Amino acid sequence: MKNNIGKFLGRRAVRLLLLLVATMCITFFLMEISPIDPVTAYVGTSTKVSAEQRALIAEKWGLNQPPLLRFWSWFSNMIRGDWGESIIYRRPVMEIIGQKFLASAALMCAAWLLSGLLGFVLGIIAGVREDKLADKLIRGYCHVLISAPTFWIGIVFLIIFSVKLGWLPVALSVTIGVVEESVSLGDRLIHMVLPVMTLCLVSVSNICMHTREKTTAIMNSDYVLFARARGESTGSIIKNHLLRNISLPAITLQFLSFSELFGGAVFVEQIFSYPGLGSATVQAGLRGDVQLLMGITIISMIFVFAGNTIADCLYYLIDPRIREGGAKDV
Amino acid sequence: MNSKPIFQVENFGVSFSQYVKGIERRELHVITNLDINLYKGKILAVLGSSGSGKSLLAHAILGILPYNASIYGKMYFKGQEISQKDREALRGHAISLIPQSVNYLDPLIKVGKQVGFSLRQKSEAEKKQLVLQQFAKYGLAPEVYDYYPHQLSGGMARRVLLSTALLAESEIIIADEPTPGLDEQSLKEVLADFRKTTDEGCAVLMITHDINAARTIADQIAVFYAGSTLEIANVEEMTGDGSKLRHPYTKALLRAMPDTEFVPVEGTQPMPGEMTKGCLFSDRCAYKTEQCLAETPPLRDVRGGKVRCFHAS
Repeated sequence: MKNNIGKFLGRRAVRLLLLLVATMCITFFLMEISPIDPVTAYVGTSTKVSAEQRALIAEKWGLNQPPLLRFWSWFSNMIRGDWGESIIYRRPVMEIIGQKFLASAALMCAAWLLSGLLGFVLGIIAGVREDKLADKLIRGYCHVLISAPTFWIGIVFLIIFSVKLGWLPVALSVTIGVVEESVSLGDRLIHMVLPVMTLCLVSVSNICMHTREKTTAIMNSDYVLFARARGESTGSIIKNHLLRNISLPAITLQFLSFSELFGGAVFVEQIFSYPGLGSATVQAGLRGDVQLLMGITIISMIFVFAGNTIADCLYYLIDPRIREGGAKDV
Repeated sequence: MNSKPIFQVENFGVSFSQYVKGIERRELHVITNLDINLYKGKILAVLGSSGSGKSLLAHAILGILPYNASIYGKMYFKGQEISQKDREALRGHAISLIPQSVNYLDPLIKVGKQVGFSLRQKSEAEKKQLVLQQFAKYGLAPEVYDYYPHQLSGGMARRVLLSTALLAESEIIIADEPTPGLDEQSLKEVLADFRKTTDEGCAVLMITHDINAARTIADQIAVFYAGSTLEIANVEEMTGDGSKLRHPYTKALLRAMPDTEFVPVEGTQPMPGEMTKGCLFSDRCAYKTEQCLAETPPLRDVRGGKVRCFHAS
């Protein structure tokens, strides 16, 4: 079995590499055909900067070289560990990503755990009480949230909690005008509440509806019928059969949702001006910062890929049927 | 059959409420006029084709019908009429089910542990010991305890399922189709297991559509047709030309067997919802009269058995 896992991870690594190369090419190509001129985005449309100076900047950034050559020089540097310098932040890409990723990771992690837990519990309640009032309410809630766009929910929360009630800060990750060193943990946390809430509430629907679906299927399954026939109560059925059978799909789904989580974070960070990876992505895209965008693309892809791989590994490890028979086709 | 039955089902019916065309609701009667008696130390085989209401009867006895089902009629356990609440209390203790297949076991729990669920108020160690004892009794290796349901062979699965019922020390065992898919050797063993259990004092209700299996081990055979009991015959009457049988359907059934005349009977069993007034078998019966079409015949005692026919004697 150890051997199998090794083989499985090896195949995964190859797939990741191929995917990375393909994504890099596509991202570079898209940036290349994008109408945004990085120099204009950098210096603005002001006429104070002459055409000669612009040409000099372009030359310094290597923009006058053919695209293929630029891609190759970036790629060969990247392989050696030099991810280049961001043209908007004027600092190494790695450093910026490291810093932004930490802020985003806290946000996404909190939202991920909360939405997973909440969605799972609500899904079970709805599934066990199929077609009863609780189920209808939970389903209604999910349908409303799943159809409401993230940015809209974020804005509604801002209006309610920050503007009307004044309970929570409107934006940013720390209070404005406070020196970096004196920012307290509490201050950071309170700035996270609204973004996390928005991100969490939106992603609850997905996991909740899936858990509900799976729960109803299990509650109507032959083995639950048999468990009832043996005199097991609903509580004991939930404990003995339901949790075991639905936690795996739920956890898997939650790991598979990394891509939506990242997508959601981009929106949420924009709305709340939260300086994380999401807002950095938008900035890099809008201002033609190829190096930074490529860096973020690679990191986020590895992040999503890791989520998917964890999901597959979990399936493999927990379900005895897959462990035994499915080893060759994962 | 002079002793008192341990379990009786009388004039029993099941209907489902269904929505047709949006919000119009109708009651679909799937079982009507079903009667059986179970005796200690006896096996009653319930014989019927698909859709005759066999499995529903089992689920009704255990009180595990879906929520849109309503039931009519009476059930008695040891002479006492029982309610849905009583059924919930009895199931798993006094009455247990041996399900059709291994699909009735949780795929993610080791079988030994699942069999142990039948034992309540015992420590895990005690449970394991009792389960292993039971396994040994049925020729199951101790390793089977740690198997997952998908690793069991057909014969092993049968015995594991049988063990769940036996460990509960039930007085009544309902076996839902215990024989399909078994090779001859396993079939013999399973039937012998049932006989042994019954001889130890259980009452067994065996649901089957396998006439041969029923003839091999049952003491009595109840023939179901379109959700109704047509005849309850003693097993020795289900042989030869069937002249000792009472109902035309049972006789036709016996004649259709390859080892007798091998002649089929024309027509099909009516579907739920298209049941008419009168005898359910009347449209296929050679002996029908005006009376058969007008009213439902009652279940009568005839020659030591029961029959639902005006003309049986």
